[in-house]
Formats: sequence, structure tokens, C-alpha cells
Amino acid sequence: MSSLAIEGVGRVFPPAHRGGAATVALQPTDLAVAHNDFITILGPSGCGKSTLLRIVAGLDTPTSGRVLMDGQPVGGPGPDRGMVFQSYSLFPWMTVRENICFGLREKGMPKAEQAEISGYFLEKVGLRQFADHYPKTLSGGMKQRTALARALANDPKVLLLDEPFGALDNQTRALMQELLLGIWEADRKTVLFVTHDIDEAIFLANRVVVMTARPGRIKCDVAVDLPHPRTYTVKTTPEFAEYKARLTEEIRVETIRADSMAAE
Amino acid sequence: MADLFVPLKPVSPGRRIALGILGFVVVVAVWWAVTASGLVKPLFLAGPWATLQAGYALFFEFGFLNDVLVTVGRVLGGFLIASAVAVPLGIVMGAFKPVEALLEPLISFARYLPASAFIPLLILWAGVGETQKLSVIFIGAVFQICLMVAVIVGGVRMELIEAAYTLGAKSRGVVLRVMLPAAAPQIFETLRLVLGWAWTYVIVAELIGASAGIGFMIIDAQRFLDTGQMIFGIFVIGVIGLVSDFLFKQLNQRLFSWAAS
Ligand SMILES: Nc1ncnc2c1ncn2[C@@H]1O[C@H](COP(=O)(O)OP(=O)(O)OP(=O)(O)O)[C@@H](O)[C@H]1O
Ligand SMILES: [Mg+2]
Repeated sequence: MSSLAIEGVGRVFPPAHRGGAATVALQPTDLAVAHNDFITILGPSGCGKSTLLRIVAGLDTPTSGRVLMDGQPVGGPGPDRGMVFQSYSLFPWMTVRENICFGLREKGMPKAEQAEISGYFLEKVGLRQFADHYPKTLSGGMKQRTALARALANDPKVLLLDEPFGALDNQTRALMQELLLGIWEADRKTVLFVTHDIDEAIFLANRVVVMTARPGRIKCDVAVDLPHPRTYTVKTTPEFAEYKARLTEEIRVETIRADSMAAE
Repeated sequence: MADLFVPLKPVSPGRRIALGILGFVVVVAVWWAVTASGLVKPLFLAGPWATLQAGYALFFEFGFLNDVLVTVGRVLGGFLIASAVAVPLGIVMGAFKPVEALLEPLISFARYLPASAFIPLLILWAGVGETQKLSVIFIGAVFQICLMVAVIVGGVRMELIEAAYTLGAKSRGVVLRVMLPAAAPQIFETLRLVLGWAWTYVIVAELIGASAGIGFMIIDAQRFLDTGQMIFGIFVIGVIGLVSDFLFKQLNQRLFSWAAS
């Protein structure tokens, strides 16, 4: 059963000024996402990864094709597709707990139920002691954990993450990967995760999708058959190294292509 | 001495206060020097001491406190009415682009109409009573607030708005529970700025056709060539402005402690 279907989705941005050239950000792309898939999307900078994710979220409209959620075409953003952005998008006037409750409050959920759910996710991302802190007092990792909890609290059918750990240092990043994977292994969710980082892509995914240089399209789709539950030790296994060698080669070709195109 | 002139190097709080006081001391000293030496005649400029004496007389013989209260009341009244109209309108303009397209050219034009030039017309329409005084301040403040609030609200970070949408918020929720709180600190900052301008409008309004107020007192003192009273009046305006500014800043910090400084 496919919960999310991307059918011929392409995006052309009109020229910024008269007489300019239109930007093809994304070539028509097909991707069938099965229920509880964890798909990571890898690709060189500017190949349209964010564009694709934003279209799935309903924050941008494709110029061709369509996105189907359980057979229904997506018209705009909605709580069934939660999103975590790379840049910090917490509401600075709300505490961590209030941020996590935002979607629940918009839904009109009773306070007691909100408290229960936010308590559960605060625990899950390890921020119970920081529940009443404002975002400005949090570290980058804590901010992204809050953003993750805020998206999860809404219980979306699909979780969309656009380089959520891109701004974090390596150690924090590795911890965040384990945290996210732990949550996915426990609760299962359909996840689309955009990243630049090959290790991150393999470690998290059961499918890695590689995109070509701009204008992007899907180049290959690699199933990752590493056993669950995974811990950081999996990154040192020969199987992991094999995936990594293969994906590194795929990405290298595209990055060189992207680079030579930029030079023209 | 050298460490005073390192670009962007912060000053210690003690030194900051000392330097701030020094600025005033220098001005008063120059003032005293030019008047005490006879360089400028008392007819044109009273000395510091004469000004203080004039101020004492104003408060204890001429009921100046009443003038001060009348003026403060006018400023606050006009300013509050202008804010009550302009802030909601500015929010709607900032959030909804068609409304902005409809009103922005009109208000941008109206903003350049000098409030003081309306005074004769307003006297014709509303007489010389309080309505006319409040109207001058209202006209001077309302368009400015409206446009600045619209710009602030329109500039709320897109990520916050998009995050709200993906969490299930609808237009109403996005405007009321995301754009409004996100813009609130800057809106307050704008109001603080405009309140300062309202002070200049009220004095101009009181120079013409008033029977009480600080501006009226200054014009009245001119008839007797009492430069001490005039200077003291101007000085009081400055002090009240400084105090209200300080209170506004404090309120801002209290209300918006969550905002990154
Ligand atoms: N609003 C827009 N208007 C015009 N062009 C755009 C717009 N948004 C993106 N683009 C262009 O579309 C292309 C794809 O952008 P996108 O942000 O999807 O890339 P990306 O794969 O996410 O890159 P990165 O890895 O750097 O985040 C880029 O060339 C970009 O310049
Ligand atoms: Mg991107």
C-alpha cells in the first residue's frame, strides 16, 4: 500500500525579470512512498530537494504532476504532513512546551489532552527539564529536538525533514540521528528526509533516493537492508561501507556535473 | 584614553552614565558662560539660574502643573486613538496583500500631509477645543503607525508562517497567533517612536488657539518676553519625553523578554 505518491511532479520557476530564463528546479519526478518508509533524499546543492519537499508539504505548487496522499490530491499545507525545517522555525514567544502544543491548540484539543501529549514528547526528545524555557535560551540541538517534537505531537501521516541537522555540529548531529531513528523504530512513521550527508542518509533510511544535478530528477533508488534497531556501531560495518562506496560514487558524478554547469 | 576609541568596543555601565551626564554638563556650562558673560542679553536668553527661578514661579504661582497635565492628556489621548485605529489596520494591511494594494498608496500620500498644516482647517471644523487638539495628533500619528506596522507584519519570517501552516493552522490562526505575536515587539518599538513625534504635534497645536497646555504657556510667556519661562517649558517637554521613552522601553523589555536582544 502506497501512502504517498509523487506523480510526475516538476517545478519551473518563472524568470526573475523580463527576458530572463526560467529556472527548471525539478524535472518531472515519480516516487512511490510506502507506509512507514524512511526515505532519505541525497543530491548536490540546488538539485531541487527542498523544492520537492515543499511541494509535498503543500507550501509550493508543482508546475506539472501531482502529489497524492492516500489517493487524494494534495491541495495545500495540512497537519497530515508535518515538516521540520533546517533553519530554526520555533515560535520565539512560546516556551518549548507551548511550541509543542501549537498544532494541538490549533486543532482545538482540550488543555488536559494537550498536556498529556506534550509531556510524552518532551520526555521522548529529552527536554522535560526545559519545558518552560524560551527558544532563545536553547542550544541548536535542543531547538531541533523541539521542532521534531512539535511536528510529531501533531501525529502527521508523513514527516518531512529538510536537512534538519544541517546546522548542528557532528557529535550533536550523530545523537540526533539516533534519537530520530529510535523514535521511528518505536512508533513507525512515513518519513522523507533530505540531506547532504551520505552517512546520515544510509544510517537512517530503508531507501536512499539519489537525485541528479540541477535540474534534478531521481537518478537511483537504493534499498538499505541494514538490520534494526541500528546504533552508531552500524556505521563501521562492512555492509555500511559498501553502501557508502556506492552512493559516494553516484553523488560524486553529480557534484562534478553540477560544478561544471555552474562554471559555464 | 586610547581604549576609548576602539571601534564598537562596549563601555562599562558606570562610564556610560558618567559620559551621559557629561553631555548635559557641557551644554549647561556653555549656556551659563554665554549668559553670565553678557555675550547674549537676558532679553534673548535667560541664564540657567533665571530659568530655574522662572520654573519655580511657574509651578507655584501660575499653576503650570495643570498645563503639563493638560498637554500630557492630549498627547496620550491622540496617540491612543491613533494607535487603536492604525495598529489593527496596519496588521490587516501587512497580512493581506490586496488590502495593502488598496490602501498603501493612499496612506503613503496622506503621510506626507503635514499635521500642522491642518490646524487652520481643523479649527474651522472643530473649533479650538480638545477635539481639534486630538485631531492634530491623530493625523500626525495615524498614517505613520499604519504604514510601519504593515511593513513589520509583512516582514514576519516566512519559516514561522510556513511552520504554522504545516502544523494545521488556517489563515486566521496564522494572523492572530503567529504574525501578531511575532511582530509585537517591533510594533511596540514603533509606537514608542511615534509617541515622541506626537509631542511635537501637540506643542504646535497648542501654539494656536489654546487656553491651557505647555505650548500655550510658551506662547503666553513670549508676550512678556520671559525667555526663562519659555526655556523652562521646552525643558519640561524634554524631561517628560525622556521619562515616557524610558517607561516604554521598560514595558517592552518586560512584555517581550522572549525576544532575542
Ligand atoms: N522561489 C524560487 N524562485 C526561483 N528559483 C528558485 C526558487 N526556489 C528555488 N529556486 C531554484 O531552484 C533550484 C532548486 O532549489 P532547491 O532549494 O530545491 O535546491 P536544494 O536541492 O534544496 O539545494 P540545497 O541542497 O542547497 O538546499 C535552485 O537552482 C534554486 O536556485
Ligand atoms: Mg534545500
